[in-house]
Amino acid sequence: MKKRFSAMAVGAFVASAMAVTGAQADPVDDTLSIDGVEIITRTKAPEGLPFDEVYSGWLFREAETRATEADSFANPGMLSVERGEELWSMVDGSQGKSCASCHNDAAETMKGVGANYPKWDEDAKRPINIELQIDKCRVENMGAEAYKFDSEQQIALTSYIKHQSLGMPVSVDLSQGELQSWWDKGKQAYYTRTGQLNFSCASCHEDGLGKHIRADHLSQGQINGFPTYRFQQAAMVSLHSRFRGCIRDTRAEMPKAFSDQLMALELYVTWRGTGLSVETPAVRH
Amino acid sequence: MATPKPRVKLPKSAAAGEVVTIKTLISHEMESGQRKDKDGNVIPRKIINKFTCEFNGAPVFSCDIDPAVSANPYFEFSAKVNEAGTFKFTWVDDDGSVYTDEQKIDVK
Repeated sequence: MKKRFSAMAVGAFVASAMAVTGAQADPVDDTLSIDGVEIITRTKAPEGLPFDEVYSGWLFREAETRATEADSFANPGMLSVERGEELWSMVDGSQGKSCASCHNDAAETMKGVGANYPKWDEDAKRPINIELQIDKCRVENMGAEAYKFDSEQQIALTSYIKHQSLGMPVSVDLSQGELQSWWDKGKQAYYTRTGQLNFSCASCHEDGLGKHIRADHLSQGQINGFPTYRFQQAAMVSLHSRFRGCIRDTRAEMPKAFSDQLMALELYVTWRGTGLSVETPAVRH
Repeated sequence: MATPKPRVKLPKSAAAGEVVTIKTLISHEMESGQRKDKDGNVIPRKIINKFTCEFNGAPVFSCDIDPAVSANPYFEFSAKVNEAGTFKFTWVDDDGSVYTDEQKIDVK
């Protein structure tokens, strides 16, 4: 463990002096494989980021937490994935259909899907993520109601779909529709200081990267493992719930889930993790 | 919450006398009985209060569980396997429900 508290490596990670105090610690030198699938937890950063490499949050967690994610049996998030599998073939709505009625075996049809969202939704003229895509299918094709935000079913089905891309590198295609302008909006949101504490996302996840705020070892804030099992809640946590939690902690007003602001942020932050493997369901504290 | 679903993981076969690792997990909300709902009423306790593992009828491992144990209790323990047989796992719920799982193991 001593190694983790060694001085920060020379390189792009020399953080500027800032308000977040605490010891510096590198991401650990460890590799992750889940059920024989190699997980990319560090890779070359996409051009335009102030880092040389992007790191999965897995590298910033304790050894026990890392081991829990590495063992898919011990990973409590897999319970949610299994629940999602049930929902996949559960008929709902006026059309008498389930997801499986059109999409058959998720292991084939959903492979790679979770690695390439958000996408451009031409009908709504805005980005669409997995949760909203599920709702769109439910309303338009199944004659069912959209899921309530953060309902157990929404999290389970999203986790199941994203889990089909386990190990695949994240990549978003910004040439679709107007995604580029939403990316710009997301970037602006990322660097805008808000709240009584006057923090932006970058305050912690760029400037404070590798430092500790109390017991928390600050990571790059990558989202390749969402929905994520968090010990803090002892439950699966969706991305937009996590965004809202972070924003609440800056003592700012929380934007609504799937609002324009958070969809732009999801697109931008997903892009920041380009090349990292999908880890859903990741395990964090 | 969906019906609690037990999961068990152990090797399909082992050498005689080998010590194998057994992992078990059950999905369960483990409501502690110490929380209150929005109206201030106590939410009744509902936890798995007992877990046992038997091998060919003989006890291998058992424990009583109290409200401090978190949701989705996970147990990992080891057992020495001298003969082929069946592990039987039992979880007892506060409401009287009993969830079971069985897994066979061969001796090479």
